[in-house]
Amino acid sequence: MALTLSEVEHIAELAKLSLSDEEKARFREQLSAILDYVAMLNRLDTSAIPPTATVLPLRTVLRPDEVTPSFPREKLLANAPDANAGMFQVPPVLE
Amino acid sequence: MAANESGLHNRTLRQVSGLLRDGQVSSVELTEAMLARIEAVDPAIRAFITVTPDLALDHARRADEMIAHWRNGTIDTLHPLAGVPLAIKDVILVEGVPATCGSRILENFRPPFSATVIEKLLAAGVVILGKTNTDEFAMGSSTENSAFFTTRNPWDTTRVPGGSSGGSAAAVAARMAFGALGSDTGGSIRQPASLCGVVGIKPSYGRVSRYGLVAFASSLDQIGPLARTVGDAALILGTIAGHDPKDSTAMRLAMPDCYHRFEYATDLKGLRVGVPKEYFIEGMQSEVETAVRDAVKVMESLGAEAREVSLPHTEYALPVYYLIAPAEASANLARYDGVRYGLRVGGEGLGVRDEGLWDEYRNTRGVGFGAEVKRRIMIGTYALSSGYYDAYYLRAQKVRTLIKGDFDAAFKEVDVIACPVTPTTAFKIGEKADNPLEMYLSDVFTLPANLAGICGISLPCGFDTAGLPIGLQLMGPAFGEERILKVAAAYEAVTGWHTRPPGV
Repeated sequence: MALTLSEVEHIAELAKLSLSDEEKARFREQLSAILDYVAMLNRLDTSAIPPTATVLPLRTVLRPDEVTPSFPREKLLANAPDANAGMFQVPPVLE
Repeated sequence: MAANESGLHNRTLRQVSGLLRDGQVSSVELTEAMLARIEAVDPAIRAFITVTPDLALDHARRADEMIAHWRNGTIDTLHPLAGVPLAIKDVILVEGVPATCGSRILENFRPPFSATVIEKLLAAGVVILGKTNTDEFAMGSSTENSAFFTTRNPWDTTRVPGGSSGGSAAAVAARMAFGALGSDTGGSIRQPASLCGVVGIKPSYGRVSRYGLVAFASSLDQIGPLARTVGDAALILGTIAGHDPKDSTAMRLAMPDCYHRFEYATDLKGLRVGVPKEYFIEGMQSEVETAVRDAVKVMESLGAEAREVSLPHTEYALPVYYLIAPAEASANLARYDGVRYGLRVGGEGLGVRDEGLWDEYRNTRGVGFGAEVKRRIMIGTYALSSGYYDAYYLRAQKVRTLIKGDFDAAFKEVDVIACPVTPTTAFKIGEKADNPLEMYLSDVFTLPANLAGICGISLPCGFDTAGLPIGLQLMGPAFGEERILKVAAAYEAVTGWHTRPPGV
């Protein structure tokens, strides 16, 4: 199944990845080959098979509702590319 | 005494544990010897992204105090890992030590907390020597996808060590650490262990806490040990396993006491070994098949009964994996947005339209991630996207059920499954770098265990004519680690492949 260039651009936009033209061309070719390969799954009739999302039995894990110390603010901000007044700083999102 | 002359690095974990306990060597001396070994050997191997000498010596001094307290009776028990230097794959967080995950996007990230497995190792008195190289975000089978450099195979430095835990495997094989932690999502512990001639264990899903393991594919990821012997690896596994309130998938299960024993019986009477016919495929190296079949004969000579079994959906494991793992990865890696930590590349930087924060996301991720990570994010995003979810992701999850069912059926007939780890011995650096599908094929025998959530071990079972190590894989049912460890240790005890050192 051959992806078109605009499909590659659409996927990249959904994933928020800026790609060079050369990357788009290469990914178009490689992703098409991978999708051709995984198409072999269509040989199986899976209509009556339940999906497996996790191998563990689903269970609800509870814990006592106790207040415990959390990370100090400075420690969490130490890796921030930009911080201001105890907060993460990003470019304005509203005019 | 000059470190490399001491020969301490050639000892096994078990041996140095005994030396520490008997007071024949201190942890500081041992750690200095290993740091000197790393300095002498690692420029040729490049197993480490970060070596942490100051931290290691701090850990060693603390371990020596622990040992002194044990000797004078202040504490009753001494953990066998106390004072033993280990290496840690760079996807596992150690507070304050850079955790790059082999990626530019985390090049300067210093985690504010340690993984649960690290807390457990430190409580036991382990010495952390440093962080080992990995394919970026553990996505790869050779370390060639590391953003920094490719690790060399200690048996032949023109070849890859395997991956993604290639740095950990090479560090252990080259005697730069007595053991190491890796992570295994589709074979990333077992395949490099095989290519480097060491032992590697992928625990059952839920055996080991993933808290502090940088997430790749959360329904498949497990942390596990690499070491030079089965007993050494089992000891590390026993130390890191168990329930964790911070990871609800880490099951509350008793640890079999075998984890803390160093010796196992070599009698395999009554053991049923299954040999899956689908794991001997066209195109695989004939020496690998011969070595694995010979290993099964050795087990038979110890009393085991071997029979052929069928895992009929094996050929579908690779396409299932290459939909499910990227789908989970595309969600997990959405967190790298340049806001809270990691690389940030501004919106204007690349000369594209400036939409402020949105362009910052696009550019940060476009610049920060390497080709394989982008490729997998793209596949995963596509498989989850509107209109394709049922055809790709949901179908893959359904076939995952069939693959798990194959193992459930097989383990009704046999106790363990014996097969190759990977179709070939170590390949040349660059040989598969441009062909993602061909690279993915080197995981064809390991990723079914991740999809089924069962446990597996890779251990040395011979060498090819080029002198490269061959690995034997033993798989057991979920939480059947005791079974595969027992068989692996018995095989190891009567063969001794693990005693041959690489020429570094």
